[in-house]
Amino acid sequence: MAELNNFSIDGVKCMAREGTSILEAARQNGIYIPTLCNLDGVPPKGACRVCSVKANGKLLTACTTKISQGMEVENDTPGLNELRKSIVEMLFVEGNHLCPSCEKSGDCELQALAYRYGMTVPRYPYFYPKRVVDASHPKIVKDHNRCIMCKRCVRAIKDKKGRSIFVFLNRGFETKIYIDPELAGKLTDELARKSVEVCPVGAIMLRGEGFKTPFGKRKYDKAPIGSDL
Amino acid sequence: MDKPVVATASLAGCFGCHMSLLDIDERILELVELVDFHKSPINDIKEFTRDCDIGLIEGGCCLDENVHVLKDFRKHCRILVSLGECAIMGGLPAMRNGISVRECLEEAYLNGPSVRNSNQAKILPNDEELPVLLNRVYPCHEVVKMDYYLPGCPPSADLIWIALTALLENREMDIPYELFKFD
Repeated sequence: MAELNNFSIDGVKCMAREGTSILEAARQNGIYIPTLCNLDGVPPKGACRVCSVKANGKLLTACTTKISQGMEVENDTPGLNELRKSIVEMLFVEGNHLCPSCEKSGDCELQALAYRYGMTVPRYPYFYPKRVVDASHPKIVKDHNRCIMCKRCVRAIKDKKGRSIFVFLNRGFETKIYIDPELAGKLTDELARKSVEVCPVGAIMLRGEGFKTPFGKRKYDKAPIGSDL
Repeated sequence: MDKPVVATASLAGCFGCHMSLLDIDERILELVELVDFHKSPINDIKEFTRDCDIGLIEGGCCLDENVHVLKDFRKHCRILVSLGECAIMGGLPAMRNGISVRECLEEAYLNGPSVRNSNQAKILPNDEELPVLLNRVYPCHEVVKMDYYLPGCPPSADLIWIALTALLENREMDIPYELFKFD
């Protein structure tokens, strides 16, 4: 059995088994560290940097860094929260995030983080990239305007042989999620619904399904993301 | 002492934010006690004849005329507020930002299903009296300095009320989570 490590988050004494990530260890101790690309049950990626913390003074992503004996973690500090806010702002200017016309609004994790950090307007200029809506698949619609490249769909949606149905196409600013044409038929109704659920934003939507939850009853209408912890 | 003066404008917006301002219900009686309204579509005052304390701007800049109005507001208002998503980030009009102006005009006047057969002469409106479309829609803060931002589509009446009264009383805005929304 793995040894128990003592560590601290913002000065609060915590304990977790050796080999646990800072993120997981924080949760076990009832402390919220914001995440965006991370998904329970899927190997962490460290793609979005929203979970950045300072571990022994060094800036690291909490999802991919393991705790160690005596580690001192800084989490809920004005500096780190400002950094997280700026990361969320970058994601907002990089795509075309039109909340008023998005079916995911109210249930969107990117929007919820913006609410949590009180983002009124990004400090960076908007890119307004030209991106398309791809409705070629019979079960889902991909709106590339909203994609934040978290790779959750690539990591979580697999066929029975464990092959990723979603893949990344192109590189750099041209990167987009793409459905492997050879595996497109493997996207069952169940997997299609799951792909919509794992998408933190509204980049993957079910065909034929639009706005379904009334205002006031959506996930982040009443309380900020992370309030359940 | 004179009452503070408020001016409002709707640029590339749908007037939804102005509707939301009017949606403060009976508090509107309190509001007219608190402030005087100057240039605004609500009272139809067209030109600035004095300086104002607060300017509320709905919508982003889609036309050269929007830029002119916005700069005029910046010149005459002590505090300028971006009211709603369109003023803050361009909103739905900004959906055209990846598309050229020519393509937009051709879709609207020549190729769209509702005009394809009715515009036989293939006329694109270009009278010199008409304001000119900008290459893209600009959020207000990319044109002039904006002092405050009230998100929402539209910002709720309660949010506008809280913000406006806080500005008038020169105190910090205390905005509840439920009112801070982008939709």
